[in-house]
Amino acid sequence: MAWELRQDRPIYLQLIETIEQRIITGQYPAGSRLPGVRELAAEAGVNPNTMQKALSELERRELCFAQRTNGRTITEDEEMIKQLQHQIALEQIEEFLRKMKDIGLTREEVIALMNTKGEA
Amino acid sequence: MEALLTCRDLVKRYGAKTALHGLSLTVEPGRIVGLLGPNGSGKTTLIKLASGLLTPTSGEITIAGHAPGVETKSLVSYLPERSYLSDWMRVEDTLRFFCDFYADFDRRRAEDMLQRLNIELDAPIKSLSKGTKEKVQLILVMSRDAKLYLLDEPIGGVDPAARDYILHTIISNYSPESSVIISTHLISDIEQVLDEVIFINQGQLAMTASVDEIRQERGMSVDALFREVFKC
Repeated sequence: MAWELRQDRPIYLQLIETIEQRIITGQYPAGSRLPGVRELAAEAGVNPNTMQKALSELERRELCFAQRTNGRTITEDEEMIKQLQHQIALEQIEEFLRKMKDIGLTREEVIALMNTKGEA
Repeated sequence: MEALLTCRDLVKRYGAKTALHGLSLTVEPGRIVGLLGPNGSGKTTLIKLASGLLTPTSGEITIAGHAPGVETKSLVSYLPERSYLSDWMRVEDTLRFFCDFYADFDRRRAEDMLQRLNIELDAPIKSLSKGTKEKVQLILVMSRDAKLYLLDEPIGGVDPAARDYILHTIISNYSPESSVIISTHLISDIEQVLDEVIFINQGQLAMTASVDEIRQERGMSVDALFREVFKC
């Protein structure tokens, strides 16, 4: 998952989302060490203070932990990661259904369409 | 920690024209700040006052508590909006020049950056394109270990790939003890590098806010807000 930042939303929220996705997909495996703030900021091309804010929020949600020496590690709680995946999936589905409604499709029509996709 | 830049009721007049009209602001250490405003709003005047090239008509400006002068020259690294490299020099001569002038100049850092941007050390300055000259100047300025970097339109003349590299340099050069003030019109290119923005208009402070505050509260980028506020 690359750092794709949109212009109209707070940057730190988008950084949180990208890191969450990387945790879910195992790019940052449970219990592994997270790259440092500077490294992440340089990689994403953002201000280090903004990256720090994103990481602090992830710490607050207990998705990662600051180590006494330095750096951060991802939670080892696989159940928590699973839940996060579930929650993000629900958000994406809601968003998707809203867009389908905007183009005039009912829930049933959407499901029928999804079932046929890839069969033809 | 002490503010790196403080202005109180700062006024600068050029004859009958008032460039700064009672400007008050502070910049804390560890910040990357965008100084934004329409043409003629006073951005360059503010930067020149901070670098000690101009003196205030009234009011006060201080760098880490000192009035701009001899001792702030070692704290401030200033990139002017125009080229000041002498045509008779080679790139290498400019490095030696900076080594002689500034104790905090890191020659290795400058050489690394020049190499990354494929600029030859033995190239005569007069053979360089306008954009390449700008790159050399910015490299010189960013290779100092200063407290306050004042960059007046640093990315206007350079290509997008070099722009990315320069912004990357600003990020990786970040230190909690120093701050960078960038004046530019290319807001969308730099806004994700900034902590906060200072909008000035007609020599007065129009607004200060963090980039994410603007995006959160208004649901728009700083660039979009600028276009709205200063709509012609």
